[in-house]
Order: sequence, then structure tokens, then C-alpha cells
Amino acid sequence: MVSALRIDRLGALFTAVGAPALAFLPFVVFKQNRILPGDALSLYAALPPPAAYGCLAALIVTAITALFVRQARIRFGVALLGIVILAAAVAAAGNGLTAVGNRVVRVAPGAGCWLLLAMLMLMATDALTRLKPRPLTRVLLLALCAAGAGIALAHGIFDHLSVMREYAVNSERFGRELQRHLWLVFGSLGAALCLALPLGMLCHRVPRLRAGTLGVLNLVQTIPAIALFGILMAPLAALAANVPLAARIGIHGIGAAPAVIALFLYSLLPIVANTVTGLARVSPAAVEAARGMGMTPGQVLARVEMPLALPVILSGVRIVLVQNIGLATIAALIGAGGLGAFVFQGIGQTAIDLVLLGAIPTVALAFAASVLLDALVETMDRTPQ
Amino acid sequence: MRLRSANVLRVAVLALLVSFLLWPQSFAPLFAPLTQYGAPPIYDQGNLLELTLAHLATVCVAAVASGIVAVGLGILVTRPSGAEFLPLSRALVNIGQTFPPVAVLAVAVPLVGFGEKPTLIALFAYGLLPIFENTVVGLQSCNSELLEAASGMGMSARQRLLSVELPIAMPLILEGLRLSLVINIGTATIGSTVAAKGLGEVIIAGLLSNNTAFILQGGLVTGLMAVLLYDAVGMVERRICKSAHVA
Repeated sequence: MVSALRIDRLGALFTAVGAPALAFLPFVVFKQNRILPGDALSLYAALPPPAAYGCLAALIVTAITALFVRQARIRFGVALLGIVILAAAVAAAGNGLTAVGNRVVRVAPGAGCWLLLAMLMLMATDALTRLKPRPLTRVLLLALCAAGAGIALAHGIFDHLSVMREYAVNSERFGRELQRHLWLVFGSLGAALCLALPLGMLCHRVPRLRAGTLGVLNLVQTIPAIALFGILMAPLAALAANVPLAARIGIHGIGAAPAVIALFLYSLLPIVANTVTGLARVSPAAVEAARGMGMTPGQVLARVEMPLALPVILSGVRIVLVQNIGLATIAALIGAGGLGAFVFQGIGQTAIDLVLLGAIPTVALAFAASVLLDALVETMDRTPQ
Repeated sequence: MRLRSANVLRVAVLALLVSFLLWPQSFAPLFAPLTQYGAPPIYDQGNLLELTLAHLATVCVAAVASGIVAVGLGILVTRPSGAEFLPLSRALVNIGQTFPPVAVLAVAVPLVGFGEKPTLIALFAYGLLPIFENTVVGLQSCNSELLEAASGMGMSARQRLLSVELPIAMPLILEGLRLSLVINIGTATIGSTVAAKGLGEVIIAGLLSNNTAFILQGGLVTGLMAVLLYDAVGMVERRICKSAHVA
């Protein structure tokens, strides 16, 4: 089916960015230790010749595929393979440049490597959007990628890269902060669901409440996250000082309590607004029919209206989840921990590797959450009710 | 009648904000109960008005830049020649929104150093998403009969874009700008963790010295600014919609 040699314009863009990135930008950066400025190394300097030429050949094949092959399936497969080869090359460079037993030198992917990775990911994303995979396929693909990355990490393939060096130093803390991060996100989401769902139903039933409630919740969203965290510290500190029980169950002015409450407040608007929208979308005919069958108002709500509104409500939950995963990083500023602790510590020490140790898992979590919930929303929307 | 009371409220909020920024010390009694051990009730490590203006300037520069680029890209991908780029750019916008602003900020620091620059980059990148999305939706919502009529009148593709498509898409584009402004006013406070001048400084000073009054001042000024800007762009939007309907 590779009919005429027509150049794919997206492929041309990827190649136009990727090729100079490989040729002129550092592939990896090698530092004698964490503080010293690094040396930029090209692909040929970073890897022994056979490996370097192998990697180059693979990238050329990827570029040719991007330029001339039209089938999305092949493009996706080749892009994915390119990502794997690039990752392997970086890992090999890390292992090759590090003398056995040396735990001081730092090898990090350079700008060229990041740009190439970005182009390969764009190519894969583009192919994937053309394939329009079904929700289940998308979830499976995500699981496959996660498993691949997990196996590579577990086998220590990337252990000589500087991000993993930071991880090795902080491994015990990393688990704790990750748990803390998830707890902040899901704790606040759970609490928000308990209040926002009934509030949304109430706003649907009593139109007079709607504008006021949504207006107040909108206002909450405009308060910057740092400020809201800070503002909540004062009353909670007072509570902890005056009510011994509050202090005993872990409520303090700094730490998790103000963070969870702030995230909870930010979570309300999308869920309430989407509950109202979802319920408004339910056709009056369906409600009439349910009433005609003799259902009580409660039954109509529980068995007809809520199930029909569920996809819209879930897309509100998706917004909240992604937003909370990002906002929870800021909670580190008020001593609540979470992955943001690494980010801010890294900014403080101008240590990019430490920043990445916090930022990469955050982005991965947010991305996974959005893929999973998008798939769920789509499945529900499709299911004939 | 209702419109008038809304206007009174707007003017009152604006007056409150401006008078607080010009004469912060006269509000000291209000904030005094929030401080402990005789700490200063009003932020005293810098001029509040200057910080507010710097904050606003950062946000506006980023918004103008992302507005120009996002609308440009939106136009590009909705032309027949750029159609190949549409699915990818849509997917990118979706993925981009999953990146937390802190991460963007933190990754920009080693590339451009501390100060305003990483904040501008993060705000610019983050502001692109809503504007681009709304530009594409707005341009695609122009119905084909109208476009054909425009062509039939002898309009060139460029004239059609400038005098038919963009005016129709304008309310949605402004809505995107409004969203990105509000998000960015909040996000810009995080810029202070990488030494950008702005209201985040006030909040962080409060966090460091355990002074709730500072935190509240920084938060309130930022929040009020966001509300006022949201409202102002909304007013422009409504005016444009109205004139479009009359025409």
C-alpha cells in the first residue's frame, strides 16, 4: 500500500526537528559529580561504535517510516520500537560511561535525546489518534507501557542514569512520598464526592440554589493554591491548639490536613457543575416514564437520573483527579509531603535530577488517570442504557 | 436593575482592591488579629502595588504571547493545508493539560535560570491550551453554507477568514483567553518559588514566617484580580456577541 512516494508532512516535521537534534545537540550529559558542570556528548561519543551505528540505523528507519509509510498501525509500532531503542541507548550510555562501582559520576539524557524522545512520542500519539483505538485497547496499551517501564526499572537497566541515582539515595522516602501523594489526591476526591454529589442533586432540584452555589465554588477556584493552603493553616492550627482530640487524630496547622481540605475545596466545582449538567441532560421523557411506572422520586433519582448522568459526572471526576494530582505537588510547600517535596527540594538545590524524580511520576500518574477515566467515560457513554 | 447592582459591586470590589494596594497600612487594624507576637500585619518586605503590577505584567505578557501563538496555530490546523496536523494537535492539548504547572516551571529552571523567564515559559505553555482548543472549536463551528455564501460573494480565503470565520469564533476565543488568564493568575504565584517577582512572594513570606495576615493578603489580592479580570473579559465577550447579533 506504499503507493506513490508522497512525503508525510507530519513526518517531515518530526524529521526536521529530530535529525538536527541528534546531530548537533548533546545526546547525554556527563558530569564528574553532582555539582560540576557536565560535558555534552554526542551519540558517537556516548556509545561504542557498533551500538551508536545500530541506534543511528534504527532512528533512520524510524524517520523513513515517518516520512513515507502511511499505515497508522506500522507507524505506531515503529515509533514505539524507536522509543524502546532510544531508551536502551541512553541506558547503555549510562552503563558504559560509568566505571564499575563508581557512584559519583552522573550521566543524564541531553537535550538532543529529550527532543528525539518527544518527536517519537508525537509520532506514536499521532498514529494512535488515527487508529482511534477503543477504550479497552487504550487501557491495555497503557498497562503494557507501564509494565514495560516497570520491568526495565526493576531490572535496574536505568540505574546508572542520574535520575535513578537520586532515586537510589531517596528510595525509602520516595515510596513514602508517593503514598502520601496518592493519599492526598484520593482522600480529598473521596471527601469531595460525598458532599458534591448530593449538592449537585440539590442544585438540580432547587434551581434557586444553583447560581449561588456555583458562583461560590467558582470563587474558590480563583484563590491560588499556595494561598488557600496557607489560609487554611491558621484555623487548623487554632483547632489543634484548643481541641486535644483534633491534634490526636492528626490535625495540625501544617501538614496534610490543610492540603486535603484545600484539594477538597478545589474538587467541589467540577463535580457539582457536572452533576448539575448531567442531570439536566437526562431526557424528561425517561423521567416521566419512570414516574409512570410508579417509581418514587428517590427511585427515579437512583435508578434513572443518576445512571444516565453518570458519564458527565465521571468526566467531572476526571478533571478533578488530574487537577488534584498536579496541585498536590504544591502541598509540599506547607509540609504536606507528596512528590512535590522532591520538586521543591530540587529547585532549592538547582538539582534537575531531583526535580525530575518528583515531576516524572506526577506527570505519569496524571496521564494514567486521564487515560483510565477517559476510557471509562467513553465506555459508559456508549453503553445503551 | 439587576445589571446596575452588578456594576455597583464591580466598582466596589475594584475600589477596595485599589485602595488596599495604594494605602495598605490603613487596613492594618483588619489584619492585626491574625498576627502573633507583634508581627507586622501588613506585608512590609516590598511594595504591594509594585508586586501586583509585576504579577499582572507577567500574566499579561504570557497571555498575549500564548494568545497570538494559539490563535495562529488554531487557524493553521483548521485550513485544508494544515488538516494533517489537527488530530495530533488536539491530542497534544489533551496531554498537555495533564502536566502540572509546577513540573513545567521546575523543568524550565535549568534551561533558562531563575527569575521571570521560567515563569513566563510555564504560563505561556499552560495558557496555550484553552485558547487553542477554543479557537479550533470556534473556527470549526462556522457552518458551511455561510462559508459558501462568503466564497460566492467573491471573498478570497483570507478575506473569508478575517471577516467571517474569526468574528464568528471570537466569543469562544475570548472565552479561552479568559480561562487561561484566570488559571495563570493563580499559577503565577508559584513562580515566586523560582524567584519571579509577584504576589507569590507575599504568600511565601507568610508561609516562612508563619504570618497568616501575609498569606491572606497575597491570596486575596490574587483572587480579586482573577475575579475582576474574568469579569472584564466576560464583559468584552458579551459586547462582541451583542454586536455580532445586531449585525
